[in-house]
Amino acid sequence: MSESIIPESELEEVELYHPKSWWTEKVFSQDAKLIAIQYGLTAFAIGFVALVLSWFMRIQIAFPEMAIISEGTYYQFITMHGMIMVVYLLTALFLGAFGNYMIPLMVGARDMVFPYLNMISYWTYLIAVLVLFVSFFTPGGPTGAGWTLYPPQAILGGTPGQETGIILMLVSLCIFIVGFTMGGLNYVITILQARTRGMTLMRMPLTIWGIFTATVLALFAFPALFVSAVMMLFDKLLMTSFFMPALVEFGENLTYGGGSPILFQHLFWFFGHPEVYIVALPAFGIVSDLISIHARKNIFGFRMMVWAIVGIGALSFIVWAHHMYVSGMNPYFGFFFATTTLIIAVPTALKVYNWILTLWKGNIHLTIPMLFCLGFIVTFLNGGLTGLFLGNVIVDVPLSDTYFVVAHFHMVMGIAPVLVILGAIYHWYPLITGKMMHDGMGRFHFWVTFVGSYLIYFPMHYLGFIGVPRRYYEMGQTEALYTSSAADLNVFITIAALAVGFAQLVFVFNVFWSAKNGEVAEKNPWKATSLEWRTPEQPPIHGNFGKELPVVYRWAYDYSVPGAEDDFIPQDVPNEKVTLAEGYSELGVEKT
Amino acid sequence: MVPFILLVIIIGSVLFHLYTPWYSTPIASNWSSIDSTIELTFAMTGAVYVLVLGFMTYCVIKFKSTKKRRADYEPESKKAEVILTVLTTIGVAGLLAPGLIVWDDYVSPPEEAMPIEAMGQQWYWNFRLPGEDGILGTTDARNISADNPFGMNENDPNGKDDILIEGDTLHLEHDKPVKFLLRSIDVLHNFYVPQFRAKMDLVPGMVTFYWIRPTVTGNYEILCAELCGVGHHAMRGEVQVDEASDYQEWLSDQLTFEAIQEQAMLERDNKLALNKSN
Ligand code: HEM
Ligand SMILES: [Cu+2]
Ligand SMILES: [Cu+2]
Repeated sequence: MSESIIPESELEEVELYHPKSWWTEKVFSQDAKLIAIQYGLTAFAIGFVALVLSWFMRIQIAFPEMAIISEGTYYQFITMHGMIMVVYLLTALFLGAFGNYMIPLMVGARDMVFPYLNMISYWTYLIAVLVLFVSFFTPGGPTGAGWTLYPPQAILGGTPGQETGIILMLVSLCIFIVGFTMGGLNYVITILQARTRGMTLMRMPLTIWGIFTATVLALFAFPALFVSAVMMLFDKLLMTSFFMPALVEFGENLTYGGGSPILFQHLFWFFGHPEVYIVALPAFGIVSDLISIHARKNIFGFRMMVWAIVGIGALSFIVWAHHMYVSGMNPYFGFFFATTTLIIAVPTALKVYNWILTLWKGNIHLTIPMLFCLGFIVTFLNGGLTGLFLGNVIVDVPLSDTYFVVAHFHMVMGIAPVLVILGAIYHWYPLITGKMMHDGMGRFHFWVTFVGSYLIYFPMHYLGFIGVPRRYYEMGQTEALYTSSAADLNVFITIAALAVGFAQLVFVFNVFWSAKNGEVAEKNPWKATSLEWRTPEQPPIHGNFGKELPVVYRWAYDYSVPGAEDDFIPQDVPNEKVTLAEGYSELGVEKT
Repeated sequence: MVPFILLVIIIGSVLFHLYTPWYSTPIASNWSSIDSTIELTFAMTGAVYVLVLGFMTYCVIKFKSTKKRRADYEPESKKAEVILTVLTTIGVAGLLAPGLIVWDDYVSPPEEAMPIEAMGQQWYWNFRLPGEDGILGTTDARNISADNPFGMNENDPNGKDDILIEGDTLHLEHDKPVKFLLRSIDVLHNFYVPQFRAKMDLVPGMVTFYWIRPTVTGNYEILCAELCGVGHHAMRGEVQVDEASDYQEWLSDQLTFEAIQEQAMLERDNKLALNKSN
């Protein structure tokens, strides 16, 4: 893409904070890259807990006669599994880990604009994780209210963890939001303020666009969760009635009255739906970049991709009640929210088309990151299409609250973003550690994870058609519905789930093994154009770039430009420095 | 290997769908229109799935990297983008329009539908029929006590002839539309009968509804479909759809609120009398 005039820098650079001791260098670090690693390791550690919980849940579902866990424990496990996966793993990974690592490097900055705040953000997140984790060991255990925490049930006696578990959950969420807000403001301001010269908004890689938009969404959405958590704490501890109508608890009349359970659901999903996109948009951005790099071709329809990210982000605030079609809210909302929901399908579909049109006439290297991208397209498309079932209000009626929903959201916001995260780790591992990850283990990991997850979740949709409700500890006696063949299917799904779980152990092993024994990565091993690969050292050191910050002359997608000798032109290379291919006098212009 | 596995996934998914032994239960209500919208959605999304993934697989085969290959440089194509946008919009509208028409039907119970209350509590079902006057009396969770488990308003004349069913089996008359009025006295529940295709949450503090017309006689299970505590998976009930004569017979065995109150009164008097004579 054409060059434009590069503005002179208007301000002197400000000196960074330099650590003075081992503690401030390695632990209480203010370097975004180390903070990113801290976020990543913490998120993976707690995410691993969520994964292990899912094994117990799956074994319970497949072999109910074993009763490996009790009813109460089952409900506690699904709750903790769901909440950890969505908030403490995926949100923290995409924004805390990838955001911190990639934003300064990709926009050409030395660090985040508020490094100290950035550090506090991580430690606050860690406290939130610990508070959540402690709830496993308190009397009564963690809450079993479901990750949606719907009152009145969440704070009444029929639900496990109503003694302290629910309180710790709500407190932990509040702490998480405080920590996120510090980090999130930092990401947004860094992107708006600290881009290097020449890095116009429309030259930012889509990874940054995705993270940027997701962070803005999160800054608007999390406050809704914050207030609902605070109000529920009041209902629980001070006996207020924000969400509590007059009701009876096991024959005993309680003093609550006048509150609305539906109000909570609106607040929760006003946060909860954008949350889906907080996870999805960074994944969209990253996958766009990976596809482009590994297919050696510019992303198709870049401007459309940017506007789709922004448009989806904006629309995601007016679709929330599609989670509430059968909640008892005013049924006429159904018309509005079904319409907005299906409208959001259009920009989403365009993104899928554009990823595939990027492959079209590309030069596709089937590297591990590319394999994960292909896996992402399959699972995301699958989950997106089943979203058309659930978004279309009347089709949702029979399927809502069944295993169809469980299958749908795991495909679209569980498996698909996780595949992107894994692909992104294989992609940026050489940058972060200077080593390549082991290829054989990586391919094994990919195939088991991708095919295994598909085998888990594709057939699961059909349990929903039979009518098997979600969040069932066991099916018990039912005549027509739950035949022995459905029980067999559940055994199959559990086996696939355990296999996928095992493959993650291989991945973790590979991460640590390769850090020590991996092949040393050559500089910019994937021949990418974006700035994170243009640092003098690989891995980049404190301050990222050398004496001078890079100056940006082009977008991030100059792959296979006609006339250039190499099939990529880094963003900081001006046209006159590009080595021309034989027979060319200028980029794109053949010698006559 | 990659294109091969992708093809297996595409073809396997289609075959699985065509031959799956796990699919919707035989329908027993008027909501076959819901099933039709599902079929329509399956047809459209299935076609998109196969086309898009098929095209992706083709690209992976055709444009796999070789020594000599160099990718095209083509930043965007307005034409392709406009065509795809228009086609997608048309497809989506084609799904939405029939869906909304059926939803309109779903939220508009017919005049003649008989109101029947399904009341949920942790973790069982009770039911209430309107009696002769066709009107359900008012209730309030604050009235609930051991003597008045439904929380009936004792001053409301409409409630006197209400028929209270303190069991988990509800009978319906074949082919007569009913409007379920859903009420919970503790937490959220959901009144779901898979064969009827319909469901709705029960929300304490308010009354929600949906309507159906049972079209096939038989027994159907009620499953609670909204997490309501540790007993959620065990919160079952039964709907029995009867021919008119069987239904009348069952109905005549049920007691009204007034009759239940009188009975309770009688029992109390008897006890008192007994105590005195001792
Ligand atoms: C292969 C890995 C995974 C397995 C085997 C698995 C398994 C399960 C199971 C068995 C349930 C409970 C279903 C029920 O009883 O209704 C569940 C619920 C859930 N899972 Fe996963 N899961 C996995 C990964 C993920 C990921 C990556 C996410 C991230 C979005 C996720 C998010 C959730 C959520 C939000 C729930 C709902 C919890 C609730 O009902 O309150 N899961 N999962
Ligand atoms: Cu229930
Ligand atoms: Cu329930």
